[in-house]
Amino acid sequence: MNELQVKKKIEVKGATKIFGKNSKRAAQLLREGKSKSDILKETGATVGVNNVTFDVLDGEIFVIMGLSGSGKSTLVRLLNRLINPTMGLILLDGDDIVSMNKESLREVRRKKIGMVFQNFALFPHKTIEENTEYGLEIQGLTKVERQAKARESLKLVGLAGYEDQYPNQLSGGMQQRVGLARALANDPDILLMDEAFSALDPLIRKDMQNELLQLHHDMGKTIIFITHDLDEALRIGDRIALMKDGEIVQIGTPEEILMSPSNEYVERFVEDVDLSKVLTAGHIMKKADTVLVDRGPRVALRLMKQLGISSIYVVDKSNRLMGAVTAQDAVLASESDKSLEQVIITNLPMVSSDMVLTDLFDLVSTASIPVAVINEDQKLQGIIIRGALIGALAGDNQFINNNGTVDSTEDLNMGVNEHG
Amino acid sequence: MDELLPRLPFADWIDFAVDWLVSTFGTVFDGIADLLEGIVEGSVDILNMVPSILLAVLFALIAWFISTRKIAIFSLIGLLFIDYLGYWYPMLQMLALVLTSVFFAIAIGIPIGIWGSQKENVRKVVNPILDLMQTMPAFVYLLPAIFFFNIGVVPGVVASVIFAMPPTIRLTMLGIQQVPKDLIEATEAFGSTTWQRLSKVQIPLAKPTIMAGVNQSIMLSLSMVVIASMVGAPGLGEEVYRSVTQLKTGEGFETGLSIVIVAIILDRITQHAGKNKKGGTTL
Repeated sequence: MNELQVKKKIEVKGATKIFGKNSKRAAQLLREGKSKSDILKETGATVGVNNVTFDVLDGEIFVIMGLSGSGKSTLVRLLNRLINPTMGLILLDGDDIVSMNKESLREVRRKKIGMVFQNFALFPHKTIEENTEYGLEIQGLTKVERQAKARESLKLVGLAGYEDQYPNQLSGGMQQRVGLARALANDPDILLMDEAFSALDPLIRKDMQNELLQLHHDMGKTIIFITHDLDEALRIGDRIALMKDGEIVQIGTPEEILMSPSNEYVERFVEDVDLSKVLTAGHIMKKADTVLVDRGPRVALRLMKQLGISSIYVVDKSNRLMGAVTAQDAVLASESDKSLEQVIITNLPMVSSDMVLTDLFDLVSTASIPVAVINEDQKLQGIIIRGALIGALAGDNQFINNNGTVDSTEDLNMGVNEHG
Repeated sequence: MDELLPRLPFADWIDFAVDWLVSTFGTVFDGIADLLEGIVEGSVDILNMVPSILLAVLFALIAWFISTRKIAIFSLIGLLFIDYLGYWYPMLQMLALVLTSVFFAIAIGIPIGIWGSQKENVRKVVNPILDLMQTMPAFVYLLPAIFFFNIGVVPGVVASVIFAMPPTIRLTMLGIQQVPKDLIEATEAFGSTTWQRLSKVQIPLAKPTIMAGVNQSIMLSLSMVVIASMVGAPGLGEEVYRSVTQLKTGEGFETGLSIVIVAIILDRITQHAGKNKKGGTTL
């Protein structure tokens, strides 16, 4: 995806929210560069969101992450003006939301932005179907129309058949599906999800994350997802904005946040992350030592000797992986004048570069030769050795490739490949 | 003290204000009086056209429909017992007075409660007035009510409305304000108008609390019937008052018991009216 060509769905420019009576004076102080605590002392006003600027691209999942009190829930409410910003611009498809009158704002809320809440916020006196219909009901749709849309929406989240139940008859995970269905029934462009999965237990939460990703893939809505959970952010976010004390500390892809934390705060935040679920095969693979298939067993043997290894990968001219050959087999082949192709082992452990480490453990620990990383064309990308896997899990950066691919200029074994 | 501070003639001011109101709005008050009297006496006449047994059965059926069978049976037996004691007609007069008072208390109280729930400023004005209405001894506003509406059933109704309205207003405000913030946010986030938010979410969810207020209003209004009888309101209250003044203990108990029976029936029925029979929960 070329991000430059994707249009901006939401642009937030210098959005600021100050709570309290003295907000004007506080805003003045804020412009003068006073700190949050100084402003609180002088005016009694609390800075909830401080001069935040970011764009959300059409169709992406944008995660706003921070600890409680960081202003993330306030920030998401500025986007549909459940909370009015004290200063700043918020453009939705180029239209400023902040200056909108009541009617236009209501129209935006009805048609363009759906919201899912942390504690579900289902109406306890309405059935599941009536809950799902709510957004359509207030738009004045007929019962038949809204019933059809609500049912479709409930089916989408896997709750067909529960239409006549009441929210208190459903489990937490199911209730949040209703929350999601209610937001989807209006067919909004944008979904705001305020800690939508935080109240669910870990297993259900993971299911819901997967389903959200699937829905996002199918429907292509722009999703703004608030969470305090870094693992969740890394799992579902296309881009993540990290918040602290009402300010955005860093915006980037999950990888950028993990691999190059912009400051100590982010670094501390990502320190405890479960690396095995974040790092992929691409992050820890090394450049593979290979031999071209038509070079013959003697060349392969010489290479292995030079490198001090007991097996080597065999590739064709376009770097497509053919198999591997052990030193023992190469000796036998050279003695009996066989070609390399006749002695290679073809049932190699192979993985794609986006497989996360946690799924690699089994394979790497049982494989007798390093696991090969290949792309969709069977081309060899690199190999994974046990030491690198363990080193990366220990957080040792020398085992982690920053961009997820092997940088060829850094590779120590350069020249071994076919020229060797 | 008398020498230090001149005594403010509050009493004179009130008297003056009442006189002024009577002389200026006399026709208006007469109109209100005629209306209220018409409603109360009209209801008594209609209720009295129905044979007592049939009416008792009708009440029992209503009780059954709204609440439980147990209460329906109690209603039937209780009402037939009142008939047996010979207090049927006074009971109807009292019922008409109570229901008329409660009708106006609700018709005025719920809108004020809804308004107050939305606006802080309204609450600031309404709450102290409610305190005043509830704590001021009822006899005190029976007096001006006589000036405005003469003696009879009307000042009784007016005094009952004033006395019975506060719980409805208070509990309506409370019930609506108690609706959780995230539900309000949800209605706002989907683009509801204020009226949509109130009518589709806040008022339905506040219904049990509002009904508790209505229930309290009915009970307070019943407690006013004896007092209202002092200004000439007819009904069971009048019978009690007479028994007391003539020291007829036995009759006093009979009429008192009749009031209690009516009170229990009305209380149980309205308590159940707040519950949602369909399922689902309210607050």
